[in-house]
Amino acid sequence: MRILAAMSGGVDSAVAAARAVDAGHDVVGVHLALSRAGGTLRTGSRGCCTIEDAMDARRAADRLGIPFYVWDFSERFRDDVIEDFVAEYRAGRTPNPCMRCNERIKFAALLERALELGFDAVCTGHYATLVDGPRGRELHRASDAAKDQSYVLGVLTAEQLAHTYFPLGATPSKTVVRAEAEARGLTVAHKPDSHDICFIPDGDTRGWLAERVGAERGEILDRSGAVVGSHDGAHAFTVGQRRGLQLGVPAPDGKPRFVLEVRPVSNTVVVGPKEALATAEIAGERFTWSGRAPESSAFSCDVQIRAHADPVPAEAVLEGGMLTVRPRDPFDGVAPGQTAVLYDGTRVIGQFTIDRTVSAVPVGV
Amino acid sequence: MAVYLDHAATTPLRPEAREAWLAATEAVGNPSSIHGAGQHARRLLEDARERLAEVLDCDPIEVILTSGGTESINLALKGLWWERGDDRDAVVLPDGEHHATLDTVEWLHAHEGAHLRGVALDGVGRIPAEAFAATLPGAALATALVANNEIGTVNDAPALSAAAADAGVPLHLDAVAAFGHVPVRYAAWRGGGASGSGLVALSVSAHKIGGPVGVGALVVSRHAGIAALQHGGGQQRGLRSGTQDVAGAAAFAVAAELAERERESESVRLAALRDRLTAGIVDLVPGAVPLGDPQHRLPGNAHFLFPGAWGETLLFLLDQRGISVSTGSACQAGVPEPSHVVLALGRTDAEARQVLRFTLGATSSEADVDAVLRELPAAVERARSASRS
Repeated sequence: MRILAAMSGGVDSAVAAARAVDAGHDVVGVHLALSRAGGTLRTGSRGCCTIEDAMDARRAADRLGIPFYVWDFSERFRDDVIEDFVAEYRAGRTPNPCMRCNERIKFAALLERALELGFDAVCTGHYATLVDGPRGRELHRASDAAKDQSYVLGVLTAEQLAHTYFPLGATPSKTVVRAEAEARGLTVAHKPDSHDICFIPDGDTRGWLAERVGAERGEILDRSGAVVGSHDGAHAFTVGQRRGLQLGVPAPDGKPRFVLEVRPVSNTVVVGPKEALATAEIAGERFTWSGRAPESSAFSCDVQIRAHADPVPAEAVLEGGMLTVRPRDPFDGVAPGQTAVLYDGTRVIGQFTIDRTVSAVPVGV
Repeated sequence: MAVYLDHAATTPLRPEAREAWLAATEAVGNPSSIHGAGQHARRLLEDARERLAEVLDCDPIEVILTSGGTESINLALKGLWWERGDDRDAVVLPDGEHHATLDTVEWLHAHEGAHLRGVALDGVGRIPAEAFAATLPGAALATALVANNEIGTVNDAPALSAAAADAGVPLHLDAVAAFGHVPVRYAAWRGGGASGSGLVALSVSAHKIGGPVGVGALVVSRHAGIAALQHGGGQQRGLRSGTQDVAGAAAFAVAAELAERERESESVRLAALRDRLTAGIVDLVPGAVPLGDPQHRLPGNAHFLFPGAWGETLLFLLDQRGISVSTGSACQAGVPEPSHVVLALGRTDAEARQVLRFTLGATSSEADVDAVLRELPAAVERARSASRS
């Protein structure tokens, strides 16, 4: 196959490209230029947007003896990922920009362009497994549960999966990938993992958002509507958050309080006891299926609501264009805008954006 | 088979230049040392400087050897700025100049308060001499390309030089793209006299004519008021301190002599190849628009707008077929920007990303032209149907 290897400059995508070459494919390396701002050199664990990362990717391609290009997706990235990220926060939701990037850039704009230019598939260093079964191609969790990235790939459709290649899915651990990189003479073998948001150069998401969303002083309310404190911008808070709340009025029961709701329009934050976070039901209208659609409109599954959360057994119902999921045990804090990925064992069934949540139990202020 | 049509980016090192470089490195000696070994190195260096001066039509003392075009341009523009006349704070900067010039002048604007006076290009990318002359009075300095590196348009350097002399403004000419391909005659363009105005500085680079990368020169009039950018041992009239590169100078001199000796015959050969390429592209690629000046043009340059086909995509597709071309100037991250030169022709931002430059040189042949004409039509068709990144 003619494979386009997306090379971020990190160790995973370099080893993935190497394995594609070893498998006998005709491989071309491409680094996506996603950000035009920010620093030019890497500091700490940051990465994927700097000149240094582009250089690391280029040197890995050199080592593999494959052609290498830098493709400029910075405008698409700005429009579809960065501005979307800001808009979601502005609307009081908690978005996942990596999922957005997979959905709109890596497996959309890049894949589309690759196919148009004569490639058969895009190869990335994601930890997830593709299984070609009797009912089509399926996306499964990676062998290494600690590194599994199937959650952020939950948005991929059957068409996208058909042109995707994840050579690292069956790898037992990241240590193996690093050792392999070292054995192959790749200079990125010991490069630190990137795990923050790539377009926020210093990792200060709160400060970065404050500049764009504004940092206006607002009130913190309890569920009765009484003012219990103040804050410097509602966007800085996430549902379930406990730290960083400056509350002048103590809770009646003396117990710690948590963020229950963020209201961007009125710039207010609602807090309450931990029990009030318990969520019995999540629902959304924006869903996609990974490969085939479920055979029944009601089915059992496991649901995962964050990249690093544990999956929870649940019942899903699809009715009137709305997907509703009820976990067996309530979730501990869910923010609208988060993505829920549904699994059948290791297989990804699909995903949806959480628009609505239903509290588990009525509790006091 | 590799087809290299990016000679304007860099062109192969001439074997004679390589030999001259190797021969010069066999002798030990810093040309600034007083002893015999130093004197030997100095002789090699000054021989090279004299031969370069002969080719450039200037005095040997006027040849300041540098690390290349960018350094020469920086020395000329910043050096002239820092020795400018009282009450003069404007720099005449035509549109479409090379980034080495553009970014240097913009730096002077941002950090030194230089005022910019632009000169719009005409539809084929030439600097109109009258418009240029009209912006000169009272300016601290002016700069202009002898030939445009992207679209190949050749300016009327004698007229621009005369205008600067008439206006009493020091002029720098960037001859990096022109040198070796069209006549570059410093003294003839400058005219006589002991004035510090008119043509006082001219930049050239070795690797564009078959010399080594990392060697260039700035011709600096003995009458020019120009400040040094780097200080140290005071070499080269104190304008460019630092141990002098004897081997680089020797190789540059050989390359310059050969380029000048072959210039007329090679111009005819390359222009014929280029014209066949241009006619073929117009014939085979629907909608292709040749850009630049069809008359006043570098012999090895063909430049095209392919409406609806992104240059970046075309470059990739042709590269996949073994053909090396360019979208214009390269950029550090490897991401092509819209060409500011094409924008200066009055084209849109989208059009400025839908261009390709083909530049021919010493190794170019009929087979190269055939290869482009064979591969390009399908590449343009495919690029037109592909989305942008």
